[in-house]
Amino acid sequence: MVKFTEKERSTIRAIWEKVNIDEVGPDALARVLIVYPWTERYFGTFGDIFTASAVLNNDKVRAHGKVVLKALDEAVKNVDNIKKTYAYLSRLHYEVFHVDPDNFRLLADCITIAIACKVKSALDPQVQATWKKFLSAVVDAMNSQYY
Amino acid sequence: MVEWTDFERATIQDIFGKMDYEVVGPAALSRCLVVYPWTQRYFGGFGNLYNAAAIASNPMVAAHGKVVLRGLDRAVRNMDDIKGTYAELSVLHSEKLHVDPDNFKLLADCLTIVVAAQLGKDFTGDVQAAFQKFLAVVVSSLGRQYH
Repeated sequence: MVKFTEKERSTIRAIWEKVNIDEVGPDALARVLIVYPWTERYFGTFGDIFTASAVLNNDKVRAHGKVVLKALDEAVKNVDNIKKTYAYLSRLHYEVFHVDPDNFRLLADCITIAIACKVKSALDPQVQATWKKFLSAVVDAMNSQYY
Repeated sequence: MVEWTDFERATIQDIFGKMDYEVVGPAALSRCLVVYPWTQRYFGGFGNLYNAAAIASNPMVAAHGKVVLRGLDRAVRNMDDIKGTYAELSVLHSEKLHVDPDNFKLLADCLTIVVAAQLGKDFTGDVQAAFQKFLAVVVSSLGRQYH
């Protein structure tokens, strides 16, 4: 099990407090679709997501970005039990959505970049290291129900 | 050979044209040493790298960060032949410095975060895509001469 020190917990909470889920969620998901276009295959019912401007104006992308970040909020609230918290989500992405688990890492990277754009110097090296540790635990938990 | 769109060329020239290498170089390298601490093994002669504060104020890290960015500038000026431009640097890193080529990607990621934090909302999805494509070519070229 991943252990977080008291300092790491407060760092994760402090950064998360600066994150507006309604803003960063859509931004991060849009980045994934633009920077890694093969991920478009998972969103066949979203309409036009084939150019950067289409992605940025797409309501379903925006809505789904918020869903994803709301789920990340669960991980922030359950930092000692991320694997169990995400077991259902992992199973869902494996059995129903058939998502290649490499993509979880790509989304994690885009979430970090979206946060960097927003909070700028607040994401200093030490904070980035802690945040990455947290996201690695989240990515691992998303992988946990894959065989 | 890598094909660049007009947008990608303009984006790369714009980002690096406005960049202060003396600031960004040290910031990216010190971030790498903090976020991926095993990379410190390559800098045994640099003195105190004991914690984030020591790394941030280490003059040898700062100097070397500038060297790295000036090296990157050569790719910016020769986007149509990054592989050729970096052949010697690749040999140097493999034969003399014995750097694990996986680490090039880590430094590229840290540089992306530094640039994202600087540009804020101007680091849009398509700017990110162009920047990451450029760095991917750089990373691949640096790994090219390894046996």
